[in-house]
Amino acid sequence: MSEVKKYPAPVTNPETAAFWDAAKQGKFMIKRCSACGEAHYFPRSICPFCYSDKTVWEEASGEGTIYTWSLMRKSPTGPYAIGYVTLKEGPSVQTNFVDCDLEKLKIGQKVKVVFKPTDGAPLPFFTVA
Amino acid sequence: MTIKGKAYIAGIYEHPTRHAPDKSTAQLHAEVAKGAIEDAGISKDDVDGYFCAGDAPGGAWPMVDYLGLNTKKLRHVDSTETGGCSYIIHLGHAAEAIAAGKCSIALITLAGKPRTGVMPPRAAGAEVDFESAYGATTHNAYGMCAMRHMHDYGTTSEQLAWIKVAASHHAQYNPHAMLKDVVTVEDVLNSPMISDPLHRMDCCVVSDGGGALIVTTPEIAKSLKKPLVRLIGHGEAMKGPRGGKDLDLTYSAGVWSGPRAFEEAGIAPKDIKYASIYDSFTITVLMQLEDLGFCKKGEGGKFVADGNLISGVGKLPFNTDGGGLCSNHPVNRGGMTKIIEAVRQLRGEAHPKVQVKNCDLAIAHGTGGLLGVRHAASTAILERV
Repeated sequence: MSEVKKYPAPVTNPETAAFWDAAKQGKFMIKRCSACGEAHYFPRSICPFCYSDKTVWEEASGEGTIYTWSLMRKSPTGPYAIGYVTLKEGPSVQTNFVDCDLEKLKIGQKVKVVFKPTDGAPLPFFTVA
Repeated sequence: MTIKGKAYIAGIYEHPTRHAPDKSTAQLHAEVAKGAIEDAGISKDDVDGYFCAGDAPGGAWPMVDYLGLNTKKLRHVDSTETGGCSYIIHLGHAAEAIAAGKCSIALITLAGKPRTGVMPPRAAGAEVDFESAYGATTHNAYGMCAMRHMHDYGTTSEQLAWIKVAASHHAQYNPHAMLKDVVTVEDVLNSPMISDPLHRMDCCVVSDGGGALIVTTPEIAKSLKKPLVRLIGHGEAMKGPRGGKDLDLTYSAGVWSGPRAFEEAGIAPKDIKYASIYDSFTITVLMQLEDLGFCKKGEGGKFVADGNLISGVGKLPFNTDGGGLCSNHPVNRGGMTKIIEAVRQLRGEAHPKVQVKNCDLAIAHGTGGLLGVRHAASTAILERV
């Protein structure tokens, strides 16, 4: 756990650049459609639910609960825990759990976002709240 | 318009190899093509439709050229890529093309060597920056499904283990199977944890190899010498996290592809005598059995326990070649071998120890991609005429 894992830098593109710019400020953004009111993740320009182009950026609380997880024990870079977090705002997001006891993760457990550096914009991860 | 009864599987071939360091991938495609063509009793110059997926080096046009197919006759190609279920989708698409008169003898090939060398990575989707760093592999993507299924329905590791146990009972009779030893529930539970809650024996093998099919018209099939096996229902579907709304990893796209296939066939799950169910992991089988309607959602654990999937023992004999869990998993894609064993069962050509009596209706179903992330599913219902 003390070893610093190297994460790939996001390539980014015009559709998602605002997400990564906000990440540099420590903000975790989602998109919400002002036509149908639904939030989604990862961010798109066109709402995947109603196809409106009236989607707007919204800073998420960064809080959520573990929907599911799996601890990958056979990896050349060491064990890591993948999972989905259901955000307070609704959408579930794929992530890794970090900076906590990976053997003790539980579905329903409260977690919060934490950013990890890359050579580019930082990446969002989740840790036990 | 329906494809029911409009296409017959006249030729099948499964490569016997499980490790092929001395062969090229294209060569394996040619060997399985030759095998299926000979099994059908046709000439390669009669083939007028060709189907392949992402495992075919260079895609359709290099393969058509390499295989020496008759380009004066070849008039339909399809390189739909949906991972491991590509070939079940191809079977349906071949039937559509045959029904529409776009081809009359279709060849479908799969081959590759993941055991010998590293497989090329999948092309990235729009999600790449938001997911690739998190290291979703097959093991942990399916592990996430199993974890949630256990949470929601009380499914246990013991129940999942029964799926491997059943596969191993069948594999002991397959001389080509990679793992021929019969295993117990305890063996599975005592095997190392790979990605919670999946143990090593919950995972399929990695093997080289391949397989091929010849799909043709009723008239041509009846002019050949093989027992008649036809496609009577087909479905395909896709599923993903769709913006993260109402995420539910306890079901697969099989909940849509299955009913589509059964409706077209005009039969119900209870009519099925033999089931080929893609077994990349034990959880894959359990979820798909529920999704296809062999039992209620959440009752898959009870359904697979106590040998219910063992031929001659349980109510639903499955993967009588040993499946991906024990026999092979060519190119990390299990769809082709699922169709092949279903055809063997319908022809009465399965090993006598696992042959299902009076096997007249079979299902071949699979998924492609990552069950816990994004995937496709396809269902084929086959009938002995």
